[in-house]
Amino acid sequence: MQPVAIKGAGVVGLVTAYELARRGIEVEIVERAERIGAGASWFAGGMLAPWCEREGADEKVERVGATAIEWWQAALPDKVAQEGTLVVAAPRDTRELDRFSTRTTGYRWLDADEIAALEPDLAGRFSRALFFPKEAHLDPREALSSLHDTLVAMGARFHFGQTRDPTLDLHVSWCIDCTGHARLPDDAALRGVRGEMLYLRTGDIRLSRPVRFLHPRHPIYVVPRRERVFMVGATMIESELSGPIAARSLMELLNAAYALHPAFGEAQITETGTGIRPAYPDNLPRITRSGSIYSLNGMYRHGFLLSPALAHDVAELLLNPDHGSEFYDEP
Amino acid sequence: MLQVYDTEITSRLFLGTAGYPSPAVLSDAVRASGTQIITVSLRRETAGGKAGGAFFELIRGLGTKILPNTAGCHTTKEAVLTAKMAREVFKTNWIKLEVIGNQDTLQPDVFALVEAARILSNEGFEVFPYTTDDLVVAERLVEAGCRVLMPWCAPIGSAMGPQNLSALRSMRAHFPDVTLIVDAGIGRPSHATTVMELGFDAVLLNTAVAGAGNPAVMASGFAKAVEAGRLAFEAGMLEPRDMAVPSTPVIGKAVFS
Repeated sequence: MQPVAIKGAGVVGLVTAYELARRGIEVEIVERAERIGAGASWFAGGMLAPWCEREGADEKVERVGATAIEWWQAALPDKVAQEGTLVVAAPRDTRELDRFSTRTTGYRWLDADEIAALEPDLAGRFSRALFFPKEAHLDPREALSSLHDTLVAMGARFHFGQTRDPTLDLHVSWCIDCTGHARLPDDAALRGVRGEMLYLRTGDIRLSRPVRFLHPRHPIYVVPRRERVFMVGATMIESELSGPIAARSLMELLNAAYALHPAFGEAQITETGTGIRPAYPDNLPRITRSGSIYSLNGMYRHGFLLSPALAHDVAELLLNPDHGSEFYDEP
Repeated sequence: MLQVYDTEITSRLFLGTAGYPSPAVLSDAVRASGTQIITVSLRRETAGGKAGGAFFELIRGLGTKILPNTAGCHTTKEAVLTAKMAREVFKTNWIKLEVIGNQDTLQPDVFALVEAARILSNEGFEVFPYTTDDLVVAERLVEAGCRVLMPWCAPIGSAMGPQNLSALRSMRAHFPDVTLIVDAGIGRPSHATTVMELGFDAVLLNTAVAGAGNPAVMASGFAKAVEAGRLAFEAGMLEPRDMAVPSTPVIGKAVFS
């Protein structure tokens, strides 16, 4: 097989490149920016939380997403922490917990003592919580960087700062478009959903796992990273505007983080960011094909969770056009 | 048939478009509800030029009349500005006017609301004000030019259902000729039936459907509940009494014992 070009070096592009490379297919990765992860995946939460996501997502997200944990563990063995997810709510919003529990599976209820045992710094703050033990998390930036290095070691070639159509310069058989929201102008069914996030740094609190803080209006999650850093996310706004975080969003995220634990009030805001998540009307991803170009898009908020399954399917489709995929929209 | 400003509609259920799991689910719910009027928040979705474009295209594609709202506005100025933006984006003079006075309860700031309603009515808008069940405020809104009033029955998103039935009753009695639409606080179909039985003209919902386990099925449940309440109101209901009344008289038996 001739080399395959992959457009876009975000999570979808890199995961797809990996799936092709390990099948012995030569890959040429073409990226408009000067580095990997210039799009939404750089600002992702990195939660591999298919059971929690079921609260608002289709059954496919849970079923297919559940396989992503093993995929990331196999691809990047030392980058994935499988510590589960803790879901809490302020005392006045405990009904949100009940609602969450009716929409999801794969959890158990914890009482105050069990919460304290799991996350000592949250001791005394919540009387009940939901715990999803099988869920995992990773640092998206570390994961993307490792994947890049792994791909280079496997012989994949990266072309950064390229805006030209890769099929013109490279002798490739197929092109796989993984450019996410950059395809908004070319795909009428695709829309952008703005997500805003921020990084906080504090040594006053330690968490071992992502914590979701339910609230009827402003639910947030806090994901611990290395070096006393916490990622706080994320807004969901029907907008394709990629500008800096809005003051209101910043207030809401900070308010919720502070309500989760007052120590966040003393933290430093080390970064804020905005990503545009590409989504189709059902918020599920699609594989489409036009001539010799496959397109993987519409990951919505599930880039890290669903790209392994889509990448697997597109790799199999390249080798055998009759391979089925529940995400493939045949032309 | 219900007349809302100069538009005649048959469905007495209005639906909000926020907070659904996906636009596809929203679209299913709108179809299942049979609604002819949906509300769209313009506030945050349109932070700039192309923002919200694709979502608004989806909304326009649903084939209903659109009632843009000023959700999230806290001042008269903000609300008026948002209403004007909405007129441009959706090409309609309709505006659901919300001016929030308390961030926690989302209670309307009725003073700013009346002021904004007056400004917008004078500029040719047909205003649907989100208000409380206060009769004096309602009168001021009618004076300001509103021919539709949208009282809450409980705080937005609370799902508590009608909290003050006598206030809603007296509102209906005081404004027999104004279109009254209960907006906010409905949690389940029986709540909708209750306010429709009181003679309210329509019900506006969002969270009760968007947050349901199956929004489309819930939307269809609400459509039936709203219709049931309306039919009961039109038919005339029995008043409760404190003794039993046999529905089948027993001939030949002494009436008094």
